[in-house]
This record gives sequence, C-alpha cells and structure tokens, in this order.
Amino acid sequence: MSKWLQLAILAALIAALPLLFPSGYYYRIGALVFVNALAVIGLAILIGQAGQISLGHAGFAGIGAYSCALGPEWLGLHPALSLLAGAALSGVTALLIGRPILRLRGYYLAVATLGFGILVAMVIQNERALTGGPDGMAVAELGLRDLLRDLGWRIGGGEFWYAVSGIVLILGAWIALNIFDSPTGRAMRALHGSEVAARTVGIDVASYKLKAFVISAVYASVSGSLLALQNRYITPDVAGFLHSIELVTMTVLGGAGSIMGAVFGAAILTILPQVLTALADYEQLVLGAIMIVVMIFMPQGLLPYISRRLRRTGK
Amino acid sequence: MSLLEIKDLGISFGGLKAVDGVGFEVSEREIVSVIGPNGAGKTTLFNMISGVYRPQRGSVHLDGQEVTGTEPHHLAALGLSRTFQNLQIFQEMSVLDNAVAGFHLRERGSILADMLSLPSVHRRARVARDGAMALLDRVGLADLANEEAGNLSYGRLKRLEIARALAVDPRILLLDEPAAGCNAVETEEIDALIAELAREGVAILLVEHDMKLVMKISNHVIVLDRGRKIAEGPPAEVSRNPEVIAAYLGAEEEDDAHADG
Repeated sequence: MSKWLQLAILAALIAALPLLFPSGYYYRIGALVFVNALAVIGLAILIGQAGQISLGHAGFAGIGAYSCALGPEWLGLHPALSLLAGAALSGVTALLIGRPILRLRGYYLAVATLGFGILVAMVIQNERALTGGPDGMAVAELGLRDLLRDLGWRIGGGEFWYAVSGIVLILGAWIALNIFDSPTGRAMRALHGSEVAARTVGIDVASYKLKAFVISAVYASVSGSLLALQNRYITPDVAGFLHSIELVTMTVLGGAGSIMGAVFGAAILTILPQVLTALADYEQLVLGAIMIVVMIFMPQGLLPYISRRLRRTGK
Repeated sequence: MSLLEIKDLGISFGGLKAVDGVGFEVSEREIVSVIGPNGAGKTTLFNMISGVYRPQRGSVHLDGQEVTGTEPHHLAALGLSRTFQNLQIFQEMSVLDNAVAGFHLRERGSILADMLSLPSVHRRARVARDGAMALLDRVGLADLANEEAGNLSYGRLKRLEIARALAVDPRILLLDEPAAGCNAVETEEIDALIAELAREGVAILLVEHDMKLVMKISNHVIVLDRGRKIAEGPPAEVSRNPEVIAAYLGAEEEDDAHADG
C-alpha cells in the first residue's frame, strides 16, 4: 500500500472516529491510543526494520514525561519546549548508551536495554526531592488551549488532546513511512536480513543500528511527554518495566514489519483492556490468552495477517 | 601492478591453523581460482580478505593501499565485493530491493533527507532502481523483480547474490562457490557471466568445487590444503601436480562430501 494511502486512511480514521463516540470519555481513550501508537511506531523502526530488540524503551518515555514535568517547574521552561528538550535528551542518551550496547545481539541486547529502563525508573523513584518519588508529580498546563480560547475557540480537554495526539501521530507515521521507503530503511532491513551481507555492500551496520535506536528513543520520549501533558500528572510507572513490555507487545502483536501494524497493535492493546474490564477478575487471563492465540496463528502480527487474508479473498 | 596482493596471511582458531601463511596476487581482468579439499581454509581466506575476519598475521593490499583488517563496508567503498558460499540473502526483501541494497554507497544521503522524503531521495532511489533492474536483467532475474527473495530457488538466489555484489561496482569480486547447487545450465550461465565480467576489467577471485568450471575459466589456480598453499599456476599445470592430486585423493578417502570449504 502506498505511503499516501496509508496516511490518508490513518487521518480519515482519526477524523471520523469521534462521530461514533457516545461520550467524552472516548476521546481520552483515543488520545491514549495515539500516544501509545507513537512510541510503538518508533519500536517498529527498531524491531521491525533494524531487527534489534529493546526492553527498556519506557525509560525514554520516562525521560520525555519527566522533562515535561520538571522543565516548567525547575527551569521555567515552557512545556512545549520541555517536550523538545526531553526528545533531545532522549536522543543524546540513546546515542551514548546505544554505541556500546548495540554491539550485543539477541537476548544480551534485551537484557542490556532492560537494565537501562530499570535504571531510569529507579532514578525517578528515588529522587523524591525532584520527582516526588513513587507518588509522582503534577505537570504544568501546555497553555495552547487557553490561547485557543482567547482566540474564541472553546475546546474541551478530551477533544483537544485527541486532536493534538492525532496530529502528532500522523506526523510520526509520515516520518516513519518516509524512512521505510528510503535508503536508510532499506539499509536497516538489509542488516536485519543478514549483517554480514549488509556490510559487504557497504552498509555501516553499527551506524544504522544506532540510527534506529536513537529515532525510536525520540518517538518514545515524545509519547511520554504527550502522556504527561494530557494527564497533567505523572508517576514513575511511565518508565517502568511493564510499560516497556507493553510497548514491545503492541509492536509485535500488530505486526512489527509495518508502520500501520504498529498503530493497530497499539489500538488493540489499549482498547482491549477497557473492553475486558467487564470480565473483572478474568481480564488479564483473557488478554493473555488473546495474545498467545494471535502469536501462534499470526506470527507476523495481526495487520499483515489480515491484509494477506483480504488480498487472498480479493483474488 | 596487481590489484589485490595477499601476503603471508594467517589465522588460527583455538590452536588450529585455519590459514597459514598464504600469499598471491590478482590483477585486473584476471580470474584466479582457489581450490582445495574441504576444510582447506578457502572460505576462511575469503573472510579475511573481505574483512569479515581480522587476520592474525600477514597483509592485504588493494590497489597498493594496505587494507588488512579493514571493515567490509569500507572495503566495499574501495571496490571490493563478494558473494557467500552459504547464501546471505535479505530474505524478506523483494528481489529488486536486494539488488537496490547493493547500491547503498551511491544511494545513501543524509538521514534528515530520508526522514523528510526530500526530492533528492527520490532522485537517488530512481537511479539505484534503474541500475538494479539492469543488473537483474543481466543475471536473468528481471521478471522476478517484485517477488519476495525468500521464494526463489537456490540457483536463482546465487545469481541474485552476484547481481547484488555487482551493484557495488566492484573492481575486484570475490565469488565463494557461485555454482554450488546449480544445475548444468545454470552453471554454464554463471560461467559465461564470470568470463564476461573479467573481460570488462573486473578482477575475479573464485572459490569453486566444480573443477570443470575452474579449469575452463581460470587464468591462475591456487591450491590450498590444511591452510597452506601447496601449489599454484595455470590450470593445466596445477591439475598435473602430484601433490595436488594426492591432497584431493587423500581428502576423498576421508570424506567425499563437498560441502564446506
């Protein structure tokens, strides 16, 4: 499917879904889907394209989230600038730790990235004076909504964040699709397929792994920032191990090989728990079972499986 | 002066001397073949020349410049490219994208341009795609360009590897058993392609088990046995060398498989 068609479908879905929303609560779920999808798109570049695993990307989401919390409070930085500062900080951090740890492969890399994520979460937990520790901290208002109101456009918090997250998601998907179609994307897929062959055609394998790592870190960071800004409150859970695992699960479940698969995976795993709350005690059980079944019968992920089925019936 | 100059190259794995003091030269337009029984160290030698392994002793010079232990991606930029005995295909990419990946050095630009999909990216991609199609046409895979590489037969993948290696625009091409697993017709085609490349000025270093092919197209043959060079010379001369015959017969008594080099 062409890049513009994918983007058009995504934009149409984001614009049209609110027509089906019975209450304002759904805007919040939608915004949460978009925020998660953004981080998952980043992981689709790292895992699906470059074939490298990370079990610590919530660490970058934590850096992004706490930048938005700490920047305005301690440095007097505007929240929007704090988001950018957080993204830059995540990018630089990824650049520094990526060089040594991306030499590792497979489960060694998984453990090293896991360590990084835990480290960030621990720092946030323990620096109580700065971050409020496990209780979390309040986040300043972005201020854009007030600006819009002054211009005479009143918009509710849920709707506003739905729109902002949706726009950022489309932008993020556009960049990711550009990378997918570019020499950079091809180099990443090539080293995923065979590192030794990639090297012999002139691909600097270490450098492209690092690029994928840094890009995905920035996506995770922006995702964390948006989460902090729309919730107006943040706890260390955003950087926690469970969040890292959640992001990787979304990536793989939706189909790590495609950008739209990433969005799909994020949507399913964000919405499903909301739907399954009706099952009360059995919620986690059913969720786990669904994940196992999907991975057994659709190892490529949900979206690639569905699109292949559609193509087959279309023939 | 010769394009590729190998001097006294050696490497050991756990005390076993896999390659021990091997040296030779390859010039432009020349086809040099490395032969020898299984475990003679042919692929290890290739891995050292192409930068996959770092040699423990000796040196490799490319066009007069020392490149011993240089990373493969730098060697590619200097005009050395290779294929693999056990296929190294980008399985999940299309046949065309496999060949386009070979144009990486000419196609790549700034990462920012790629992220924003600037017009320069498309211009370079178009050039790479046209070049890749021409190469696929040359190895007879043009009609399979949009097929996923993993679906191709073994013989076709061998040819795809050659196309990808040619995309680097090499001055010297290392071919590790290009005809292995190919039928007689395919072997004939590969044979013709190699000879043609040499005529165009590419230096060829070949590891091959198919003796008929080696004797037919090589200008010069190097014989390895247990990591050491035991003979070299024109094919006709080497094939009469008693030490060569002994090495081959000896190897055949132990095992007559012809898998790993």
